[in-house]
Amino acid sequence: MGMTMTQKILADHAGLDSVKAGQFIEAKLDAVLANDITGPVAIKNLPEMGADKVFDKDRVFLVPDHFTPNKDIKAAEQCKVVREFARSQELTNYFEVGRVGIEHALLPEQGLVVAGDVVIGADSHTCTYGALGAFSTGMGSTDIAAGMARGYSWFKVPSAIKFVLKGKPQEWVSGKDIILHIIGMIGVEGARYKSMEFTGDGLQHLGMDSRLTMANMAIEAGAKNGIFEVDDITLEYLRGRAKHEPRIFKADDDAEYDETYVIDLSQIKSTVAFPHLPENTKTIDEVGDIKIDQVVIGSCTNGNISDMEVAASILKDRKVAQDVRCIIFPGTQNVYMECIKRGWAEIFIEAGAVLSTPTCGPCLGGHMGILAAGEKAVATTNRNFVGRMGHVESEIYLASPAVAAASAVAGKVAGPKEL
Amino acid sequence: MGYAYKYGDNVDTDVIIPARYLNTSEPSELAKHCMEDIDAQFAGKVIEGDFIVADKNFGCGSSREHAPIAIKASGVKCVIAASFARIFFRNCINIGLPIMECQEAAEKISAGDDIDVDFATGVIKNNTKGETYQSEPLPEFLRNLIAQEGLINYTKSKLAGR
Repeated sequence: MGMTMTQKILADHAGLDSVKAGQFIEAKLDAVLANDITGPVAIKNLPEMGADKVFDKDRVFLVPDHFTPNKDIKAAEQCKVVREFARSQELTNYFEVGRVGIEHALLPEQGLVVAGDVVIGADSHTCTYGALGAFSTGMGSTDIAAGMARGYSWFKVPSAIKFVLKGKPQEWVSGKDIILHIIGMIGVEGARYKSMEFTGDGLQHLGMDSRLTMANMAIEAGAKNGIFEVDDITLEYLRGRAKHEPRIFKADDDAEYDETYVIDLSQIKSTVAFPHLPENTKTIDEVGDIKIDQVVIGSCTNGNISDMEVAASILKDRKVAQDVRCIIFPGTQNVYMECIKRGWAEIFIEAGAVLSTPTCGPCLGGHMGILAAGEKAVATTNRNFVGRMGHVESEIYLASPAVAAASAVAGKVAGPKEL
Repeated sequence: MGYAYKYGDNVDTDVIIPARYLNTSEPSELAKHCMEDIDAQFAGKVIEGDFIVADKNFGCGSSREHAPIAIKASGVKCVIAASFARIFFRNCINIGLPIMECQEAAEKISAGDDIDVDFATGVIKNNTKGETYQSEPLPEFLRNLIAQEGLINYTKSKLAGR
């Protein structure tokens, strides 16, 4: 029987000719990631494992992005643990404030993860790198510590759901709308323990930033990973930035899938996920009149260059509504720099928005934009769970950068066509 | 024997331990805020040996190991759910928080029922209703991992043998 993309990558890294769904394997890791919240717990585990050195100082990535720049004393202490560990282990890829970006925007941008890699990270959105044709998945700190120590991890080989994408998306529709549409269709546990494999000729209309957004949110359908077939767009993205040689794994023609969905991208409308689950989706023409208090544009889900570009195109010569606070946080320092060079920073500030340093900050209710009781926000982030961005009685509406920017101007949940 | 705290579908790690408390990983500190955003009374009421019982996809969302750490440190003996999210499931095995997957138990146990479990047989006893339920056995690979005293010791022996 044939293998899926994910199964092929896992078989390769396990040194096996083939693997099948449900099989337990041990696979070699190309990289292991942790941040300032999950890193300290993993670092504490290493001595208990009898590990005084990480398996490879070039392949352990420490990205303090969650509560940085340090939000309080306790957060500062956690960052210090990560920093001192990185120094003592002489890690090549530790990123200090001023160079750091949001981990899942930063690692692809820096070419540190490429097609064919197996990557584990102590952050659930580690699945983002599937956009590049890598197998990547989130785990907890103890698993990450074991990965840091040995360069191996155990996996249960996942079965897969195939999404065949066809057609060209309409104007203002991007990867965020597509993945919200899919999660609305299959539910927040619709892909639990499985791979989501994306293929089809519609891929030619999805740039890398849209793919990164879609793979990023595979976890919101419960998936182990999301992965895109490698094509010219992937190879173009990797050219000049890949720090090691990409490897392309294609699904076999007779690969077995639990389900196959054919999705016509031309039929997808701007989509919004209502509180308090990413599966509670409505199209923009169904949302009704929802007045908002805050807009957040950025995060590991939508903090890339094309996300900023779309937001700028909508906010240009417009103003953020009187009663709305609009907070924009680019994914990396390079994206921030592009915002300045291309004049978007000026557009954002002229419009009355805040342009923040890269940080996970408000997305998980950390800092830089916490919601009070009864407040509503439109956010390009990934989760709208109860209390995610602040008070348990606040509400988050997940949307694309286009919808978020339009909502900031309109003062209510709105699409760009309504402006 | 312990009291059952009952919750619904998709109990996410943000409500199990809100991110505003993740500036520490100290188990006793995390336990003070366990389940705070879904049940503000839980941390003040739960006692050693109690149970959390929930419907499907328990522990979805973030990879934070702080979630099972908070539950374990709050004294919960075992989490019983119709199904678990995959990262949370791994984390429980790794930190030694017992979990049992059982659709029937999730359906039939009511809040406040008196529950007992037998980890050797996977049987869940509902003393209040006089019922028993059989949980799903763990895969052999994981039973072996637990028999080797978990991932930390497994990794230690692998490193020692290198």
